[in-house]
Amino acid sequence: MSSEYDTTKTLDVKGQSCPMPIVKTKQAIDDLDAGDVLEVVATDSGSMSDIQGWADGTDGVELLDQVEDGDLYTHYVKKTE
Amino acid sequence: MSTDNQSTTDADADPGSDPETEFDAAELQALRERVDELEESIADAETGDDQKKMTIVATQGSFDMAYPPLILGSTAAAFGWDVVVFHTFWGLDILHEEKSKNLKLSAVGNPNMPVPNAVAAIPGMDRMATRMMEKKIDENGTATIEELIELSLDQGVDLQACQMTIELMEYDEDDFYDGVTTGVGAATALQHMAESDIQLLV
Repeated sequence: MSSEYDTTKTLDVKGQSCPMPIVKTKQAIDDLDAGDVLEVVATDSGSMSDIQGWADGTDGVELLDQVEDGDLYTHYVKKTE
Repeated sequence: MSTDNQSTTDADADPGSDPETEFDAAELQALRERVDELEESIADAETGDDQKKMTIVATQGSFDMAYPPLILGSTAAAFGWDVVVFHTFWGLDILHEEKSKNLKLSAVGNPNMPVPNAVAAIPGMDRMATRMMEKKIDENGTATIEELIELSLDQGVDLQACQMTIELMEYDEDDFYDGVTTGVGAATALQHMAESDIQLLV
């Protein structure tokens, strides 16, 4: 799955709940360069709506995709600037 | 542009023809400065619009009431917002390094508790209710209060402790987590609220 987006880094936030997936995603994105793609793997079902809301409301990031697979919610976030 | 030049020449030749377009050097300079000033303030206003501001006033110090301001504050910081959480009265205990680790859930007067008030009033029930909640929080993967405070401070959330209530509760500035802002009062909080897009009282 990750090869589809050529992910630069994977962030594992499995078992963590709100607001951790968002806060850690933001921190991980800060450490990346423009053009990099972050893969976020979460078990928090609220992360589907939250990551989307965060990406919409935040400059310099673009949500490429969100994949729901059983109990796993995987998000692909690109740093655009 | 060529017509402008033309009209200037005309005005010079015949000052009486159009007195509206005549400015002396000092007036022109003043106008130029005014234009620069306005351009600067527009640029400032545009930059200011980019960053949202939020002010939360945290007045409660029970275990359950410590969470909403910390969760909203740290999440808003992840959005890149400028966040102030002003802690006053029992809200101070959230920032108190020692007390924050022993915040209690009240079993009495809480209609969501599975026991009647008469039972909830038995000594030790608050402690038991708090332990149960802590266990659930751990199982759910929810962060602890201490973790959320550290996270908020790391992300630049301005956690403020109201100076008046610090003195009222006889706390010491050293009692609070490193990075907590002290020496602030209602005026500071109001000033940030006035500039904020979102203001919440918890």
